Amino acid sequence: MTTKIIFRNLFQHPLSTLLSLLLLTCGTGIISMLLVTRHQLATKMDRELQDIDLVVGAKGSPLQLVLSAVYQLDAPTGNILLKDADRIAALPLVKEAIPLAYGDSYRSYRIVGTDSNYLGKYNCVFSGGRIFNTDMEAVIGSEVAAHTGLKIGDTFAGMHGLSDNGHAHTAFKYRVTGILMENNTVVDKLVLTNVASVWKIHDDGDEEKEITALLIKYRSPQAMISLPRMINETTPMQAAIPQLEIKRLFSLMGVGIKTLQAIAFAIVLLSGLSVFIALYTRLKERKYELALARAMGSSRMLISCLLLCEGLIMVISGFILGIMLSRVGLLYLSKYSRMSVFRISLLPEEWHLLLVTLLLGILAAALPAIQAFRLNISKTLAHE
Amino acid sequence: MLQAIQLQFAYNAHTIFQYPDLACNRDTPLLITGRSGTGKTTLLHLLACLLKPAGGQLLIDGTDTGLLSNSKLDQFRGRHIGIVYQSSHFMSALSILDNILLPRFFSRYTPDTGKALQLAARLQIDHLLHKRPAELSKGEQQRVSIARALINNSQLLLADEPTSSLDDDNAYRVIQLLLEQAAMSHAMLIVVTHDARLKQHFSNLIYLER
Repeated sequence: MTTKIIFRNLFQHPLSTLLSLLLLTCGTGIISMLLVTRHQLATKMDRELQDIDLVVGAKGSPLQLVLSAVYQLDAPTGNILLKDADRIAALPLVKEAIPLAYGDSYRSYRIVGTDSNYLGKYNCVFSGGRIFNTDMEAVIGSEVAAHTGLKIGDTFAGMHGLSDNGHAHTAFKYRVTGILMENNTVVDKLVLTNVASVWKIHDDGDEEKEITALLIKYRSPQAMISLPRMINETTPMQAAIPQLEIKRLFSLMGVGIKTLQAIAFAIVLLSGLSVFIALYTRLKERKYELALARAMGSSRMLISCLLLCEGLIMVISGFILGIMLSRVGLLYLSKYSRMSVFRISLLPEEWHLLLVTLLLGILAAALPAIQAFRLNISKTLAHE
Repeated sequence: MLQAIQLQFAYNAHTIFQYPDLACNRDTPLLITGRSGTGKTTLLHLLACLLKPAGGQLLIDGTDTGLLSNSKLDQFRGRHIGIVYQSSHFMSALSILDNILLPRFFSRYTPDTGKALQLAARLQIDHLLHKRPAELSKGEQQRVSIARALINNSQLLLADEPTSSLDDDNAYRVIQLLLEQAAMSHAMLIVVTHDARLKQHFSNLIYLER
């Protein structure tokens, strides 16, 4: 009967209930989506950073260099001379230097010339085949395999540039020698080959050999202080520290996220207000009903609790609907963007959001509940 | 047996109402009359334990209601006293059947649908049980109020101006209905009214004067 009374009363005024619910759903939905997107991006970017201490590439925007070389997101800043890169790689402060050479793509998946260390860095496991041994052999990531249908032994020609509309290098065809298992890193979306293959395709004869970037791991923390400065000041290349650049990226995004969050919080507050107004105006109509309930033996506590429950049920269902909305939104976002941001379980921040909405519900129902508690039954029944 | 001994009610420090002693048992329903402004409704609310008296004693079937704590009094009222109000009010969101069953819920009894159906049949409202209160006529609403007041096997049935806006025929019918239903439920009946037409139906009468 308790639930019946509560729900019947909520459905008694479907429009005002719907409005409050809608506001709550939108507010919590937007906040949750922002929280999850941010969290998923941060963890994914962190994971893909692996232990890359420094990225060396052509001069330009350091953020662009990091995005292109580590996350395969932006266009490269340009090329660097192989001999310059080799000089850095040979320094005693450098433990490991992985070369990256860009230039082509296949059906908009990037073809990256590198070496076996790159696969080792991302803990790649072959689902079939083997690594590239000679020129024009290629290893493809799981997503590339799934989308292009390439199998081991198949050949394909790279397209010049990183978009789909370059000209095809039909004179040189790659042969697939291995397919990697999915490991949720950038490698899933890459075609990997050796650096020499990239040179071979773009060989104009007498030009000096170039690569695009170098991923460096330090031998000792000491390198952290001297190496970036040395590269930036004494070579035509630039050194970018990925951790720093990512932090900068998130602080740039942070302004936008904060603004959106503030708007979403305003919506949630508004919804709290609308729950309050709905309960409060209904209280006036329901005063007599509540007095009647008291006359029928209800304790003060019970009718206050009924009102409190109405408020809580509103905010809880709003929160649940909001989370559902956010998960559906994330699913679509993941489908149409390059990064998967979907997750089903709640973040700690989302549990905090639940707490905030619960508090809001209690607050909204508090005044009506207190008034119901203090209701003068006799007066209310006598003056209808 | 109901006994009210020297009941007093204080509207404020200066205005104190002193009510005459009154008694009522199951065989002799009580009619309380008086002009408006003589504190009839207040007396009804005192007898219904909706108000606490400033002085005096109210005994209902041996229970001294003045000795009950607030929550005990709420429960006592719910379980033993049924009230038919001057104009009928309901929980508008609930069906007639649920409204009749409400006192059982509020006094923490199990819902007794069988008893509700039996009362509804007795009061000839069994065809209305699934409607909403707003869909009923005034007369039908009053019958539902009576069923609701009797659902907990109340010891005391109180009626506030049950005939005030009715013509002679209907007033007669309503008062007969109340007398009959109270008798069938073995409940004491106290009617508070300014309607002089009802006097002929009661042998136990109290006239309130200022």
